[in-house]
Amino acid sequence: MSTIFLAVVVLASVGLVFAIIIYGVDLKFQVIEDPRIDQVAELLPGANCGGCGYAGCRNFAEAIVKAGNMDNLFCPVGGNAIVKGISEILGVEATERAPQVAVIRCNGSFANAPSKIKYDGVSRCSFANTLSSGETGCPNGCLGLGDCVESCQFDAMYMDKTTGLPIVIEDNCTSCGACVKACPRKIIELRNKGPKGKRIFVSCVNTEKGAIAKKNCAVACIGCGKCVKVCPHDSITMLNNLAYIDFNKCKLCRKCVSECPTSAILEINFPLRKTAEANSENTNSVN
Amino acid sequence: MGRPKMLKTFKIGGAHPEENKFSQHSTIEEIAAPDTVFVMMNQNLGAPSVPVVAKGDKVKIGQLIAKGEAFISAAVHSPVSGTVEKVDFWTDTTGYRKPVIVINKEGEEWAEGIDTSDALIKEIKASKDEIIEIIKNSGIVGLGGATFPTHVKLAIPQDKTAEYLIINAVECEPYLTSDHRLMLEKGEEIMVGVQILMKALNVSQAIIGIENNKEDAIQHLDEIAKKYSGITVQGLKVKYPQGAEKQLIEALTKRRVPSGKLPIEVGCVVQNVGTAYAIYEAVQKNKPLIERVVTVTGKKVSKPSNFRVRIGTPVSMLIEKAGGLPEGSGKIINGGPMMGKAIINIDVPVTKGTSGIVVFDEKESKRNVVANCIRCARCTMVCPMGLQPFLLAAGMEFDNFEVVEKNNVMDCIECGTCHYTCPSNRPLLDMLRLGKSKIGEIIRSRKN
Repeated sequence: MSTIFLAVVVLASVGLVFAIIIYGVDLKFQVIEDPRIDQVAELLPGANCGGCGYAGCRNFAEAIVKAGNMDNLFCPVGGNAIVKGISEILGVEATERAPQVAVIRCNGSFANAPSKIKYDGVSRCSFANTLSSGETGCPNGCLGLGDCVESCQFDAMYMDKTTGLPIVIEDNCTSCGACVKACPRKIIELRNKGPKGKRIFVSCVNTEKGAIAKKNCAVACIGCGKCVKVCPHDSITMLNNLAYIDFNKCKLCRKCVSECPTSAILEINFPLRKTAEANSENTNSVN
Repeated sequence: MGRPKMLKTFKIGGAHPEENKFSQHSTIEEIAAPDTVFVMMNQNLGAPSVPVVAKGDKVKIGQLIAKGEAFISAAVHSPVSGTVEKVDFWTDTTGYRKPVIVINKEGEEWAEGIDTSDALIKEIKASKDEIIEIIKNSGIVGLGGATFPTHVKLAIPQDKTAEYLIINAVECEPYLTSDHRLMLEKGEEIMVGVQILMKALNVSQAIIGIENNKEDAIQHLDEIAKKYSGITVQGLKVKYPQGAEKQLIEALTKRRVPSGKLPIEVGCVVQNVGTAYAIYEAVQKNKPLIERVVTVTGKKVSKPSNFRVRIGTPVSMLIEKAGGLPEGSGKIINGGPMMGKAIINIDVPVTKGTSGIVVFDEKESKRNVVANCIRCARCTMVCPMGLQPFLLAAGMEFDNFEVVEKNNVMDCIECGTCHYTCPSNRPLLDMLRLGKSKIGEIIRSRKN
């Protein structure tokens, strides 16, 4: 009996001694963390996508609490709602950004830019880009091997088998920018979603002279400058034979779309035009 | 008497692909310059050359048309006499458009001071520094295919001394025979070129390494070498990639170049045999690098040949001279079949680095079906640099850059032996090349 009693006493006292040591160590080496970091991290989507520029959501939370303001810090996945929530926790003013979406600035589909050679190497754009100008011959165009699709963590992209181009599923796209970084040809750009998703952009990044660009692709921007002239809002600039529409200035009037001789400017989510299509439909119905 | 029969080779890895040297008995044929030449400005490794002529300028053969301004860069000379049509962009072998000088041929007028006779000049008048200066001004680059500017290679750092000059006459790539023919036909000139190089490097010993599938060349050069002091000819076992600088040094001197270091670290300087000939022409005849020997070959090519062509001649013209493009051709390779790259179209011009044009038929040019890695470790066994290609390729596949960097992907010489040997036909070389460019990028960004 006394043996058991002794064992209990010894164990209890050893336990007590260690408990005191651990308590002491805890006091001495305590890491005092701002409790707001946990609160902010709780709010963040937890996708760890890196769209904010930090390795993961917690790093972002640490950075934002440490900075104490929200200039240049934004979670594109969470969007304005979450950023507003964070600003309330921190008691600072939130930066608001227009919602963005990834846009594929190449329309070199199988039909528009037919393949001249056949590539049968590794299915990686980053490799094919170092090897040659690609199957279409366009040195700036989409290689169609899907590095962007691979990089997307939100199932927001897929390769369209009929065109050979990637497609962005707007509702899934969080504008984290992973595809922008993955594309070796810098084709993908984050652009403002626009009111009701309406947006206009030049779907080409080819900087070659018009005649050469046109040889490889029917819908290449040939740098003719007609869109620049027709734009009433000064939103289009021409650099190296390539037009670029500034989405902050663009008022979505669509004048450039109809002016472009190669249909290189695309309009997304607009209702069908009443002009040509509607007329032809009418005549069809009469017949 | 005679040379010792012992054949040397390197220790780690290597393979012996089918040789297919169809053109080894065709003597070098001179091809007249075409009416229009396209002289690319990115002919050498390093920075592109900068044009010094403009549209409408009259140029003579051998006249400087572009200079190398950067440290690693080379001058370019006009391969024809005529008028500069334009300084523009032209598709190179990769399909990307690069700066080019287009010259229309009018007559055959050489620039002043160039000796166009065939007479052999043995006496070397130029001094050490003069030789390097002439080589620089003549735009000579490594003609084995890597096109590294020769004058940079000859400028040895102050704290290092060269002991051996190694002449790379291995030509380990299957199909190619341009160096082989050059050795048989211009043996004396090559020897003088080697002497010039020895003088420039201030070394007393030069070794010419030749693989044993070119026995006639070994005998021929051995015979001539007796007349020159300090030059030995060494036969080598046939094993790919013996023509790679580090492997050749190991085979000939048993010295191993440390990872990430240059051959000068072990007292060696390696030059290609074609470069030695070009140096002879530049120093003794004052003739800049405006032409080179190109092998045009392939299993279906009716007349596999070795041509001496002017730089800037379209590849299509060479194929025409070799009997035309065979029916059912699938791929045309610029360089040898192991390391060369397929060209985008046949209008691309010959550059200083074009050692061969190999035509593959449809069946040969197709890749085999890729299967899973079966962990047979053959890629590891054949890798001449002692790397583990399967590991590096898998690392690249899953973007595990840390593993790829730690396992020395930067040591890869892109010889393709792993890819060639893989029984599962895995695209190992592709992945390793991708790894080298990616890790190189990471290392550079870390330095900044």
